[in-house]
Amino acid sequence: MGFEGIGAAVRRTEDARFLSGRGSYTDDINRPGQAYAVIRRSDRPHARIRSIDTAAAQQAPGVLAVYTGADMQADNIGGLPCGWLIHSKDGSPMKEPPHPVLAVDKVRHVGDPVAVVIAETRQAARDATELLTIEYDDLPAVATVHDAAAQGAALVHDDVAGNLCYDWQLGDKGAVDAAFAGAAKVVRLDLTNNRLIPNAMEPRAAIGEFDVNSGDYTLTTTSQNPHVIRLLMGAFVLHIPEHRLRVVAPDVGGGFGSKIYHYAEEAIVTWSAGKLKRPVKWTSDRTEAFMSDAHGRDHETTAEMALDAEGNFLALRVSTVANMGAYLSTFASSIPTYLYGTLLAGVYKTPAIYVEVKAVFTNTVPVDAYRGAGRPEATFLLERLVDVISHDTGQDRVALRRRNQIPADAYPYQTPVALQYDTGNHQATMDAALKAAEWDGFEARRQEAAKRGKLRGIGLSSYLEACGLAPSRVAGQLGARAGLYEVANVRVHPTGGITVFTGSHSHGQGHETTFAQLVADKLGVPMAQVEIVHGDTAKVPFGMGTYGSRSLSVGGSALVKAMDKIVAKGRKIAAHLMEASVDDVEFKDGKFTVAGTDRSKALAEVALAAYVPHNYPLEELEPGLEETAFYDPLNFTFPGGCHICEVEIDRELGTVQVVRFTAVDDFGRVINPMIVEGQVQGGIAQGIGQALLEHAIYDESGQLLSGSYMDYTMPRAADIPTIKADVTNTPCKTNPLGVKGCGEAGAIGSPPAVINAVVDALREFGVRHIDMPASAQKIWAIIQAGAPRMAAE
Amino acid sequence: MPQVTLTVNGRSHTVEVEGRTLLVELLREKLGLTGTHVGCDTSQCGACVVHLDGHSVKSCTMLALQAAGSSVTTIEGLAAADGTLHPMQEMFRENHALQCGFCTPGMVMSAIDLVQTHPEGLSETEIREGLEGNICRCTGYHNIVKAVAAAWPLMHGKQMAAE
Repeated sequence: MGFEGIGAAVRRTEDARFLSGRGSYTDDINRPGQAYAVIRRSDRPHARIRSIDTAAAQQAPGVLAVYTGADMQADNIGGLPCGWLIHSKDGSPMKEPPHPVLAVDKVRHVGDPVAVVIAETRQAARDATELLTIEYDDLPAVATVHDAAAQGAALVHDDVAGNLCYDWQLGDKGAVDAAFAGAAKVVRLDLTNNRLIPNAMEPRAAIGEFDVNSGDYTLTTTSQNPHVIRLLMGAFVLHIPEHRLRVVAPDVGGGFGSKIYHYAEEAIVTWSAGKLKRPVKWTSDRTEAFMSDAHGRDHETTAEMALDAEGNFLALRVSTVANMGAYLSTFASSIPTYLYGTLLAGVYKTPAIYVEVKAVFTNTVPVDAYRGAGRPEATFLLERLVDVISHDTGQDRVALRRRNQIPADAYPYQTPVALQYDTGNHQATMDAALKAAEWDGFEARRQEAAKRGKLRGIGLSSYLEACGLAPSRVAGQLGARAGLYEVANVRVHPTGGITVFTGSHSHGQGHETTFAQLVADKLGVPMAQVEIVHGDTAKVPFGMGTYGSRSLSVGGSALVKAMDKIVAKGRKIAAHLMEASVDDVEFKDGKFTVAGTDRSKALAEVALAAYVPHNYPLEELEPGLEETAFYDPLNFTFPGGCHICEVEIDRELGTVQVVRFTAVDDFGRVINPMIVEGQVQGGIAQGIGQALLEHAIYDESGQLLSGSYMDYTMPRAADIPTIKADVTNTPCKTNPLGVKGCGEAGAIGSPPAVINAVVDALREFGVRHIDMPASAQKIWAIIQAGAPRMAAE
Repeated sequence: MPQVTLTVNGRSHTVEVEGRTLLVELLREKLGLTGTHVGCDTSQCGACVVHLDGHSVKSCTMLALQAAGSSVTTIEGLAAADGTLHPMQEMFRENHALQCGFCTPGMVMSAIDLVQTHPEGLSETEIREGLEGNICRCTGYHNIVKAVAAAWPLMHGKQMAAE
C-alpha cells in the first residue's frame, strides 16, 4: 500500500461500483410486490380547487388507489415543517402558513401536488393520472418579488398580508446611518441574484415500505440527511415514532442542497405503503423535478457603501427582498438571513454594516439552499460592489481590495454582523491568484484578443464563506429548530477490521475514501481494512447529514473524537496485556508500544483481547472495542480565497467564452487534494453556469418558462474552461483536523469573478453592471447600443 | 404484447414489451441492468447512453422494438470477464472524472464512442464539443476531459504522450 493518510491523493473507493454500473441509486432498487406512484400536479400557478373527480382513474386498469389532500386530512397527516424560525424587526415570528403534502382547497404554484395515483405499473399509474378531472377557479398570481410586494398584490396565503413572511434585520442601523451622513462618497448598486434550479443529475425518487408484522415503516429516498427526514416526517407529518421508521439514503446522484429537504413525495409513498400494505415507489421525471425540487437564490437587492476620501469602506447598507416561493421549504427561512446577512463583511474590515431582508411568498416553487446558500448572494453583492466602487472612483480594483481587506494579523476578527472569524489570510490567496493568473500580463492578452476581434476582460473576486454548520447553541439562539452536530461510531472488529458509521452522507463527495483516509492516518491500518457506512438510520446511530460544507469539519471531527476514544481504551487494554502503566503506553502507526521499549501490541491484537477477554482488565473495563462520538463545532469555519476569470466576448454575437479561470482557495488542511480540486472545479462550473447561462424564468402569470433542459441552460463541457486550482493552508483553529470545508467555495467565489470580467471586457461601452446571467442577448444589446452609456440597472 | 429479441452485453434476450416501451426501460426494468440511468425526458442529458451495434445512442430516445436484432452494450458490459476495467473506465477512476456517479455510465459510453470514431486524435476542444450530449453537474468536466484524453492512446494502442 502507498501512503493513504492525510494529504494523499488516493483514488476513490466508491468509483469501482459507479464505473461498472453497480451503483445502487433509489430508482435502481425494486421491492417484491412494489406498486408505483405517479403524482398529478397543478398546471395552474394559483387557483382554488373546485372539484377533483377520481372515479375514472379509480376504475382504470391496474390502479390500486387514488388519493387527494382530503384523504390525507382524514388521516390527520400533518404539513411539511420549516426548520428555522426567523423573527422580524418588530419581534414577531415569521409567518408559517400550512404546507399540505397534497394540496387542500388551493394550489399555489405550477407543480403543487394535487393527487397521487398508485398502480401496478408506472405506465398504468401515469395513464390514470390523465383520467383525473380537476376543476379549478383560477386566481391572480404573483411570480416575482416585485409583484408579490406590490400594493394590492394577490395573496398567496389568505392570511399572510402583503405576502410578507418576515422583515428581518441585522447590524447597527444607527452607526451605519451616521457613517453615511459623514461619508465623502456613497456608491450604490441595485442587483439581482438570479433564480436557479439545482439539477442534480439523479432525479429525486422514494420508496415507501410497511412491514405488517412489526408495524415498521421504511423510506428509501434520495436524501442528503436521512436522520433529518426521519425526524421531520416522523414527528411532524406522519406521526410515526423514530423506532418504527427507518430512512435509507443509498447512493445519491448529487444534491447541491436540493436533497436536504423533506419533500411531499417522501410522505406520500410512506403513508400510502401503510395504507396499501405494499411497497410504493415514486421516481421524478426531469419535468417534475423542474417544478418540484426546491429552487435557489432569487434576490433583489440594493447595496450602498459609504467611503472616505481615500476609498476606505466606512459602512455598508443592504436591503434585500428574497423569494420564498409558495411555501416555506425545510431551511428556506435561514438562507437569506443567517447564511447571507452574516456574511456581508466578507473579507473586508467595514466597521459598520446594516442589512434588512424582506422574505415574500410568491406563486412559484419553494426556494431553499442551493450550493453556497446565501453566501453566493452575499459574495456576489460585495465583489460586484467593490468593482463598481472602483469604476465610480477610478481606484484600481486590486488596490481597493487590498486597502480594505482584514489584515492577516487581525485574526481572530469580530465582524459587525455577528460572526467571529478564527483565521484567514486573504492577502496571501489574492497574491497567489494574481500571480497564477498572470494578472500583470493581461493587457497584452487583451490587445492580442482585440486583433482577433474579441473583447477580452479580466475580473477577480476575493471571498470568504462560513461553513461547517454549525455550533448548535449559536444556531439555536438564531432560530434553528435542530442541533447541528455530527455523529460517528467506530467499530473495531475482533480481527482488526474497522467499520465507521457516520452521520455525514456522500452524494458525490467521496466520504468512503476520505473518511477511510482519516482512519488509516489515525489508527495506522490500511484503507482496505476500513469500511465507511452512511445513509441508513438503522445502522448509523444518528446524524445531521451533509450540507453547508460540513462533512469533514463536523463529521470528520466526530470521527476523530470517536477514534480518540478507541485509542484511549486501547491503551488501557494494551497496558494490561503488556503489564505496563497506561501512562507509558503510546499509540503510533497502528501499534501500542511501551515507551522506550520494543514491547508492542498491534491494534488487531488489542481488539481480539477486547472481544475474547480472557486476559483482560474486566474489573475496570467493559469488553469490546467500539466508540461513538457526537461532535458539536465550537464555531463556523471560514474558508476563503481568490478567483480570477478571463473572458472573451464575440463582438458580433455577444457570446461570452470563459478562456481562463484561476482559483486559489484556503481550505485549511486538505485530506485528499484530488477530491478537493474536483469539488472546486465542480463548484466553479456551477458558478459559471449561474453567471452566464442559468436562469429559472417565470412569466408574469406564474408559468415556469425554463422547465426543461431545452429551456434551462445547463453548463456543458464546451462552456467550461480548463480550471487552474490551487490551495493555501491557514489551518482552522476550532476543530481537531484544522479543516474548513471545500464543497461550496467554487460556487460562491466564481460568479462575481465572471461578471467582473464581462464588465471589464465591455468597458469601452461604459458598462457599470450586468445582472446574471450575462446572456449573449444582453451583451449583444449593449454592443449594438454602441456609444459609451450607463447600463440600465 | 409484442416481443423483441436482442443481444445485450453478449447475451441474447427475448422480452415482451409494450409498443411504447423505451430501450432504457427494457434495460432497467426488464433486464435489471440499472447501470444505465435516466436523467431527463427531453433527450438532453445523456445519462442513458448505451452502444447499439457499436455506436452510442440515447436509450431513452428509441423504442425497445427498434432495437430488435441489434447488439446492445451497456456500462455493465464494458469490463473484461476477469473484471479488468475498460481503459475509459480506468482513466475515469485515475483522473477523478466522476463524483456522484450518476452521469458516469452515459458519459463513459459517449466518451468511448468519441475516441473510437476519432483515430486521428482528439484535441481538448474536440473532446469538449464531442461530449456536448452529456451533462455532468458535479465535476465541471475538467477531469472528464483529462480522462478522455488519457484514454485515447490506450484505446488506440499508442504510447502515452509525453507529459
